Amino acid sequence: MILRNIDRTGWIFLVCVVALGVLVPVLNLAVPAGSFFHIPDYLVPLIGKYLCFALLAISIDLIWGYAGILSLGHGAFFALGGYAMGMYLMRQIGPRGVYADPVLPDFMVFLNWKELPWFWQGFDMFWYAAIWVLLAPGLLAFVFGWFAFRSRVTGVYLSIITQAMTFALMLAFFRNDMGFGGNNGFTDFKDILGFNIQAGETRAVLFFLSAMSLAGGYLLCRWIVTSKLGKVLVAVRDAESRTRFIGYRVENYKLFVFTLSAMIAGIAGALYVPQVGIINPSEFTPANSIESVIWVAVGGRGTLVGAAIGALTVNAGKTWFTGVLPDMWLFALGGLFVLVTLFLPKGILGTINSGWEKTRRKFRSDGSVPSGVPDAAE
Amino acid sequence: MNQPVPQHGLPTLTPTLLYLDDVTVSFDGFKALNGLSLAVDESEMRAIIGPNGAGKTTMMDVITGKTRPNSGTALFNGKHDLTKLDEAQIATLGIGRKFQTPTVFDMHSVEDNILLALKADRKPFAALFSRRTANEKERIDALLERIRLKDHRARKASELSHGQKQWLEIGMLLAQEPRVLLVDEPAAGMTDQETADTADLLREIAETRSVIVVEHDMVFVRDLGVKVTCLHEGSVLAEGTLDQVSADERVIEVYLGR
Amino acid sequence: MPGFWTPMTLAPFRRLALTLLIALACLSSPPGARADAVDDALALFTTDKFNDTATGIQALATSGHDNALTILRAMTDGRLFYDPAGKTVFYRDAQSALFDAKTGAAAAAEPAGLKAVRLNNRLRTALEAARGGLALMDPDPDRRRTAAEAVFRSRDANALPTLTTAIGEEKDTRVRTEMERARAAILLTSSGVAEEERLAAVDTISGRATAESAALLRSLPADTPQGVQEAAEAAVTIIEGKLAFLAAFQNVLYGVSLGSVLLLAAVGLAITFGQMGVINMAHGEMVMIGAYTTFMVQDIIRNAAPYLFDYSLFIAVPAAFIVAGAVGIAIERSVIRFLYGRPLETLLATWGISLILQQAVRSIFGPTNREVGTPSWMSGSLDFMGLSLTYNRIAIIVFALMVFVALLLVLKKTALGLQVRAVTQNRRMAAAMGIRTDWIDAMTFGLGSGVAGMAGVALSQIDNVSPNLGQGYIIDSFMVVVFGGVGNLWGTLVGALTLGVANKFLEPYAGAVLGKILLLVAIILFIQKRPRGLFALKGRAVEA
Repeated sequence: MILRNIDRTGWIFLVCVVALGVLVPVLNLAVPAGSFFHIPDYLVPLIGKYLCFALLAISIDLIWGYAGILSLGHGAFFALGGYAMGMYLMRQIGPRGVYADPVLPDFMVFLNWKELPWFWQGFDMFWYAAIWVLLAPGLLAFVFGWFAFRSRVTGVYLSIITQAMTFALMLAFFRNDMGFGGNNGFTDFKDILGFNIQAGETRAVLFFLSAMSLAGGYLLCRWIVTSKLGKVLVAVRDAESRTRFIGYRVENYKLFVFTLSAMIAGIAGALYVPQVGIINPSEFTPANSIESVIWVAVGGRGTLVGAAIGALTVNAGKTWFTGVLPDMWLFALGGLFVLVTLFLPKGILGTINSGWEKTRRKFRSDGSVPSGVPDAAE
Repeated sequence: MNQPVPQHGLPTLTPTLLYLDDVTVSFDGFKALNGLSLAVDESEMRAIIGPNGAGKTTMMDVITGKTRPNSGTALFNGKHDLTKLDEAQIATLGIGRKFQTPTVFDMHSVEDNILLALKADRKPFAALFSRRTANEKERIDALLERIRLKDHRARKASELSHGQKQWLEIGMLLAQEPRVLLVDEPAAGMTDQETADTADLLREIAETRSVIVVEHDMVFVRDLGVKVTCLHEGSVLAEGTLDQVSADERVIEVYLGR
Repeated sequence: MPGFWTPMTLAPFRRLALTLLIALACLSSPPGARADAVDDALALFTTDKFNDTATGIQALATSGHDNALTILRAMTDGRLFYDPAGKTVFYRDAQSALFDAKTGAAAAAEPAGLKAVRLNNRLRTALEAARGGLALMDPDPDRRRTAAEAVFRSRDANALPTLTTAIGEEKDTRVRTEMERARAAILLTSSGVAEEERLAAVDTISGRATAESAALLRSLPADTPQGVQEAAEAAVTIIEGKLAFLAAFQNVLYGVSLGSVLLLAAVGLAITFGQMGVINMAHGEMVMIGAYTTFMVQDIIRNAAPYLFDYSLFIAVPAAFIVAGAVGIAIERSVIRFLYGRPLETLLATWGISLILQQAVRSIFGPTNREVGTPSWMSGSLDFMGLSLTYNRIAIIVFALMVFVALLLVLKKTALGLQVRAVTQNRRMAAAMGIRTDWIDAMTFGLGSGVAGMAGVALSQIDNVSPNLGQGYIIDSFMVVVFGGVGNLWGTLVGALTLGVANKFLEPYAGAVLGKILLLVAIILFIQKRPRGLFALKGRAVEA
């Protein structure tokens, strides 16, 4: 049922993502290092990271592209998912930490804490941490959205307070007393579900899972936006009060999609952490959240696939720039913001799609002649 | 075409569907509505006229839950207190509203516009899992036929002409199956032929539902041939047939004169 | 988070600098040999016994020897040595050069086997008291006062005779008050003093409502007579009341100071966002440009006309206005004007511009902080009822209010202001009346940016001038404008001051960072409650 709603772009995208998810690990592990087709070890987590960003971008596109909610705090949901996963990974270190405490993570020993805080209980179990990967961002989004949408905070006001939200969280997570490792966050992970996190095989599996999550996230979002609920969302985006006047509780729709989007972002963060090996409060910086919005804008908002493409291209560009011309990266990124908003408002995919549409029309020229009520001068 | 015009002052047999009493709305001291009272019966069509700033739009805002009155009563069907409900609840009760400038969902097809408005469960999860039924398709077809947009069903609403959008919006209103329709200047920006067609459509609708039309165009109001309420400075100045109202000296003074 | 969080920590540093200066002055005063009491005292330092050393310190302090202070200071710093063989005492200066303690003359040769005079905590206290006692007779009133304060803290009964003599000779009333307080403190805490004398001491001490006085009155020895204890308790209650008021007053004062910084940062935004509705995420960079303009102006003045340095800020203010205003107009003409009516796109585009501006400044001036000097008239601080407010903070409060009033006048009284309001209220009507709306857009945006630049001049005095300067202000500025109510300058003023004061009241309970977080959460909740801010415009037009 879900698959029926996928268009051609969607199929191409899904095939590419699944192929990537299979090929990269295989080319990394099974092909000898000297071969032309070999993918070097460092590339696997790097591309894996891009895939997580692509999932984050899709979650942003779901609310921005379809419901018109521009969140400048989605990095916070991403980071919360990452922190939940990080807590599990920290507990897995066990006595192998520098201070060799069997239970307490190193930073707690360093802070002279005697026992595990209550909110750390249970994070030694993967399933429990996995629940929090969804619950932490989901709850925050639900509470935040419940207040915001009910009081009809919209547009730039909503953007500004989401930005303030992630800023407040950043300040909070920088504090040592919060119990999340302060400045340094979590790092030095050892293993995940008993597998060495540094091992090539583990990384391959994580990579594969990231690709599958991206595909799954796309399918879920695509199903939502093609359902009647998705149509209501677009209606809200384009004419919010009209939607209210035909009887839709707009705040409930926004709340649903905002919370769901936050959870998807949380999953992306949870997959990101074991692959990059660190999570710290800088993930909460407002700049991060805005940067992920521009991925969506570059790829084309309201297309889902475009958001993922935007995340992949911009991040690949960032890696290239920061390697070759580190001083130029901010110029390039800043320029991208300006150029895309001015000259490419539909993004890469949107522009291609509408170009395609135009040519198709020109050739078909079926021209459904307007009849009945003729045009009125406006 | 010429249906009986309810006479001013005559006792009505049909129950009052929409009842406003002594409604006052003030914005920073300015009284947009000042002790407004109005009663509209079941299956009645009423035209509301009045100069700019008379409170016509604010009155609609109060009825549809967009604006909360500072004081006064607003009842629907004798039991629902409209001052306590929000827009969505009021819409679900059966009050539909058409805006002055046509507001349709530009990026949706004509058909989807109607689909979204069709009376159905409005909860998010219901919407998520809903599939279009044969019955719904039939109703959409009938509505498209009625608003003469059947041939345009697949087009984006943004591609429609101004007049077509007005009609699409009326179609959406009908899809809600409301008991009262509030229609704000339906003839604005329309050609004479369109205006006449719109009047026909509204009269047809009023056979089964109550309709409140706010209009500036006196030709259109005359065409409707219904009871007229004239507002001025937030309260009712005169009520009756258009001829009666036009003859009222105070009305002439504030509105029709000059 | 610079700016919002810059605590007023300059005052203690200034005091430290002063102390060091005094120390240098002491070291350079020419010592001369005196009576043989000095010899006896110095001899006690060579026995390597703590008790002897203590006696020696007393003896030296009362000897009146010119070099006594230098010796005691050297002892405090562990620079005092003795030659066990020759029983002579030496000290080293900061450069490790060796001097004879008695004569102060440079030692001819370094004797072998020099040993440091050892100290313990009791001796350190004694040393401090002795040094305090010595300084009570110093010719410099400031130094005498500092010494009296030191005695007040140490309450060393040994200083009593010196203190009494000093009070008798003191001409400066402020210094004498200080000495009397010190004497009262000693009398109050020593046993064997008559009750009336102690009661008088309680009066003297409670005459100044400080935490120090309260602490002293609260920690009377157990053998203090009942009557004195009761008087002390009553005095403590009064002092605490005064202190609580003072603390609240201090919070308000510091809050206003912080609020004025917020006001400066936000007032430009109140124009571009509040009046025009443009979400300018590069607003913080306009502030940053203003700060760098100040740096440039000072740099030119330093090279070309150093005597003008004290006036550099007066030159920098219009310069920053022009530079930031010009950059603002350039941004408006090249980017923002294509995005009117698309606020979310404007937000993203201006964010991009902010990145470009940051990187441009980083490329030109380097990533590190630039030093912006403080004119002499702005250094120092105003002490008032135990509160200290630095002159640069006061200057910023005054400057912020001046900018605010000027802006208010421009908007209300000038033709430009009238046209700006006309365009923001009804663009098409304004255009129909012959107002060049695009020109007004550019001017308004330039005005807002220019004001932000002027804010940068002020903020360069209290914050690090770095490419990231603006980033620390952008969220706060938006919060202030939204909190106060968009489109209302007065709202911005009230919003800035409210947030500043609220922040300072929260800080003692929650700490700086948590206080800030709480405030952000409070604003977020507030916006939910009143989406249009404190001073919301009401009516139909707002909804449209």
